[in-house]
Amino acid sequence: MSEPSAVAVTAQTVAKLARGVRLREDPVRGQTVLLAPERALALDEIAVMIVNALDGERSLDAIAEEFSVKFEAPKDQVLSDMIAFVDEFSKRRMLELKS
Amino acid sequence: MNEHVNIARTSEWNGGRVRIPAPIAMLAELTHRCPLACPYCSNPLELDGVKAELSTEAWISVFEQAAALGVLHLHLSGGEPAARRDLVELTIAAAKAGLYTNLITSGIGLTEKRIAELSEAGLDHLQLSIQGATPDLADKVGGYKGGYHRKIAAAEWTHAAGIPLTVNAVCHKQNMDQIGDMLDLAVKLGARRIEIATVQFHGWAERNRKALMPTRQQVLKTNAFVDEARKRLEGIIVIDYVPADHHSTYPKACMGGWGRTGLNVTPSGKVLPCHAAESIPSLQFETVRDKPLADIWYDSDAFNAYRGDSWMPDLCRSCDRKAIDMGGCRCQAMALAGDPAATDPVCIRSFKRQALVEQAEIDSCIEPPDFIYRGR
Repeated sequence: MSEPSAVAVTAQTVAKLARGVRLREDPVRGQTVLLAPERALALDEIAVMIVNALDGERSLDAIAEEFSVKFEAPKDQVLSDMIAFVDEFSKRRMLELKS
Repeated sequence: MNEHVNIARTSEWNGGRVRIPAPIAMLAELTHRCPLACPYCSNPLELDGVKAELSTEAWISVFEQAAALGVLHLHLSGGEPAARRDLVELTIAAAKAGLYTNLITSGIGLTEKRIAELSEAGLDHLQLSIQGATPDLADKVGGYKGGYHRKIAAAEWTHAAGIPLTVNAVCHKQNMDQIGDMLDLAVKLGARRIEIATVQFHGWAERNRKALMPTRQQVLKTNAFVDEARKRLEGIIVIDYVPADHHSTYPKACMGGWGRTGLNVTPSGKVLPCHAAESIPSLQFETVRDKPLADIWYDSDAFNAYRGDSWMPDLCRSCDRKAIDMGGCRCQAMALAGDPAATDPVCIRSFKRQALVEQAEIDSCIEPPDFIYRGR
């Protein structure tokens, strides 16, 4: 077993939720939660949309392109927000990354 | 259990009345049976025998009730949960109820085949304890010869099955100097997370204080090491650290507050606000054999005993930290101050604090005596 190393997040990064991390509806509290080992994060609508778009196939650039068209927002802004989001969740070992 | 939650809550102290939030996590102690005999075991001094254990059907009902009550995380624990022959069946039921299912295990009793079955059953995560970074020390602490090598095998099977792995390292006087090696081992085993938790001194650990209490120097060194390692290993392994309580300034928000985020079900079905709660003799605990889980959570005297702030001494009720540490640990107040409603003696503002620190200092510097092993 070789020691893994942390991967830098860029526009070319392809990400998906790591095994053991999943989105779930929480009907008792009326919210969507991201569940991971010892963690339960209540996500807002935008975060849920980003998580759902991380399909392990499309790059962050491709997803940002789609969102910028859909929400008429500047792509650079969307992309930098997404990179920050993915970087944060990756540091918490919640994502699998390819880049 | 070391739950991290960012789910927003509305005010719980609303005009002096407590608004009770739904629980987020449940610790299911499936059995007290365990091949290990760790001298700091969190199980009570009086252990439930196999005949007292809840049946498969009873546990499945508890899981379904917990999910309906709002529980998101289920921790299957013990004793050693692998001692239950129905572990795979219970895991299937927990996953079907929608619970995020975590197995807290020593690894003893798990085979490659059983781990594959658990993976297939929908187990979300596995938490494996290690007692040291070398076989000699680890097997001595666990009181089980050959345990270390069986744990390493279990970790490798878990990794191969693709189940996310957390390594759980309880640290104390006799293994704290191996923390760096234990962390390296966790990374090598492919763990995504390590939980480094300093021994909590009640129950079995209280009996072994002189063998377990870390020195101030060990604590400071470990604190600094964790800070450094978190930066160095960011994105490789997440380090959750529970520092030594007796060397802190303020108490922990034990269990995130009494009856506030989590509950514990014992092998025989008693429902407790935390695993050590039976050490408080004035409380009576209800069981899932007699009452629905929701009734026990919301309405039982034991769960309501230390909710909100009306039970607090003035020192705590008027304190600006009461919403941060929820008054600290009730079981620790019982054990060290003889009163479960006293200010947690760990707190710098408690008049018991000075004596606690002095005793910890004395116990930490003593040449460790032989362990008093759990249940032996």
